[in-house]
Amino acid sequence: MSKDAILTAIRRGLRRGPLPADQQAMLGGRLATHPRHLIPARSRVARPEQVALFIRNVEKEFGTVRRVADAAEIPAAIAEYLAAQNLPQRIAIAPHPELQGLDWASRPMLQVEARRGDPEDSVSLQHGFAGIAETGTLMLPSSPQRPTTLNLLPDTEMVFLRASRIVGAYEEAWDLLRAENQDARTGGFMPRNVMFVTGPSRSADIEQTLELGAHGPRRLHILLLDDEREAAAHA
Amino acid sequence: MLTTSPAFKDNAARALDDAGLQKALGKAKGAFLQRRAEAVSRLPEFEALRDIGRDIKNHTLANLDFYLETFAANVERAGGHVHWCSTAEEARAAVLDICRKAGARTVTKGKSMISEELGINDHLEKHGIEPVETDLGEYIIQLRRETPSHIIAPAFHLNREDWEADFRRAHTDLDPDRVFHERRDILTEARTRLRQKFLAADVGITGANFLVAETGSSVIVTNEGNGDLTQTLPRVHIALASIEKVVPTLEDCVSLLRLLARSATGQDFSVYTTFSTGARREAEIDGPQEYHVVLVDNGRSSMVGTEFQEMLRCIRCAACMNHCPVYGAVGGHAYGWVYPGPMGSVLTPSLIGVEKAGHLPNASTFCGKCESVCPVKIPLPKMMRHWREREFERHLSPQGVRSGLGLWAWFAQRPGAYRFASRLGVALMGLLGRGKGAFKSLPLAGGWTAGRDLPVPQGGTFMAQYAKRMRNR
Repeated sequence: MSKDAILTAIRRGLRRGPLPADQQAMLGGRLATHPRHLIPARSRVARPEQVALFIRNVEKEFGTVRRVADAAEIPAAIAEYLAAQNLPQRIAIAPHPELQGLDWASRPMLQVEARRGDPEDSVSLQHGFAGIAETGTLMLPSSPQRPTTLNLLPDTEMVFLRASRIVGAYEEAWDLLRAENQDARTGGFMPRNVMFVTGPSRSADIEQTLELGAHGPRRLHILLLDDEREAAAHA
Repeated sequence: MLTTSPAFKDNAARALDDAGLQKALGKAKGAFLQRRAEAVSRLPEFEALRDIGRDIKNHTLANLDFYLETFAANVERAGGHVHWCSTAEEARAAVLDICRKAGARTVTKGKSMISEELGINDHLEKHGIEPVETDLGEYIIQLRRETPSHIIAPAFHLNREDWEADFRRAHTDLDPDRVFHERRDILTEARTRLRQKFLAADVGITGANFLVAETGSSVIVTNEGNGDLTQTLPRVHIALASIEKVVPTLEDCVSLLRLLARSATGQDFSVYTTFSTGARREAEIDGPQEYHVVLVDNGRSSMVGTEFQEMLRCIRCAACMNHCPVYGAVGGHAYGWVYPGPMGSVLTPSLIGVEKAGHLPNASTFCGKCESVCPVKIPLPKMMRHWREREFERHLSPQGVRSGLGLWAWFAQRPGAYRFASRLGVALMGLLGRGKGAFKSLPLAGGWTAGRDLPVPQGGTFMAQYAKRMRNR
């Protein structure tokens, strides 16, 4: 069997048999405690600066951010953005209670459908699980409430994110997922798909020159809810 | 994939005469270098992270059997399937089998170098299944029926006008009035064409930048989003990965990710970094119904425990080839197999044999730039030297080289004779070349003078000058 052949060849190279139980236990311990390595200092800053760093990095990667002080303002902020970009007033939103609970009735002209992404979609609204200040990256783990297709098929992806969900480094985002997510199939925390998204899609395949708008969304717009007093004070 | 590595010298000569290629290389050169340098300068911890990256990979390789078994167990726990394949043939059969069981007619593909190594596309086509490359660079390469000339920028050798010409040729229903003045026009055309393919595909095949043992995840890194569409929309997702891609934990993985994009494209982070773990969960409304990992050895396990083990640390960022003067002069196709540049010069002889790929580790100036930019500190020049040694030991180097080296060794072990002979040679050449400045040709030195002039020696041998300088101190 190929599995045995591969493992045997590796062990022959390493000049040993299968690892003894105590060494396996040690490696198992490393997996269980998943120690962090060096985390760059750039994201180890006071809270309001962390949020500012996140925004700066999103914008550096050609994303846009609209800060709102109150969730009630979000439907209006979306309608304004769509109008400004000359986009239709029709969006596919993630079937997430936090998004479905927004006051959509306040914008009767805005058509809102809670579902997965479709090929014809022009604009989506995704629910952001966490933001990572280090590189202006969104963490979007899949779930029935957060379909992956909303990140991929529409021309424009909007993401709702609470400022309180912005962390410094990738490691902190994993810790949030470890603490909050439970996968019914594995009993672990890892969902089927975790996307880290940093700006809109692009390609440098033509003459090694960056061009925005490859296969994924051409625009990435983040609606950032200032739900932290300190963060709001800094705005 | 077939190899033309044995013909490296002819390939290189042709590449140097290829005006289109030289234009593309000239344009591309510098772009990657500058972007990488800027990204590195923005992260003061970069050097420290290189040590960490090297250590993570070394730890993993020292326990590779354990981490592979842990990875496979966790894939299965998440409802996925692992197919262990010793050879390229087994891997091709495994992929075809999954596609057939899925009743696949078309297969979309994310960019994968291991797929090139295994020759997946030809195999699928031969059995009536249409593979569609969806990475922009891979797409045009497929239209041209070429192979990638770079591991992260497959169309490195092409100019904008090539793109336009190929699109007009292949997309026969294209309006002749369509303009392709801007790179954006090319991108839009590819996006529209490939959208239909993404939606129609029955199976999506991606590679993997990493496999995470802790969670049983495969990780892809892209800028275009094509890899994500490939693994999300079809009913079946196959991740192709070689065994050295495994890392222990998510923390290990993100530490390496901090190095990858910066070393590759000079981005702080790629646009999409995606972790796939098993198939669609209950109540989910998108994602593949089946998830397979085809885990490929194809010669790598035999590198473990040898002087080439460190090559298995490679994370395929392409920094070595971007900084290589040889790659910059001849491009990727001259190397004659899947992996070009310094990493290819070390890996290719390991995977297809030094008797076929012996030219590659010889095509190096040993300038050391590759090692100095490698994010996991692989000693590439040292390993190219190991290949030269093996080639010599196995009597694979040409008779001329062997006799020359033998002659040199005889003199090198006899300092008196060495000094006498070099004094004689220098004096003779000085006499013959008096008033010339340089030789256009010289007996026994045709290998040198065929490509450039040989300067006439001036002022005695090195040892003579050295002795004189020491006396005058």
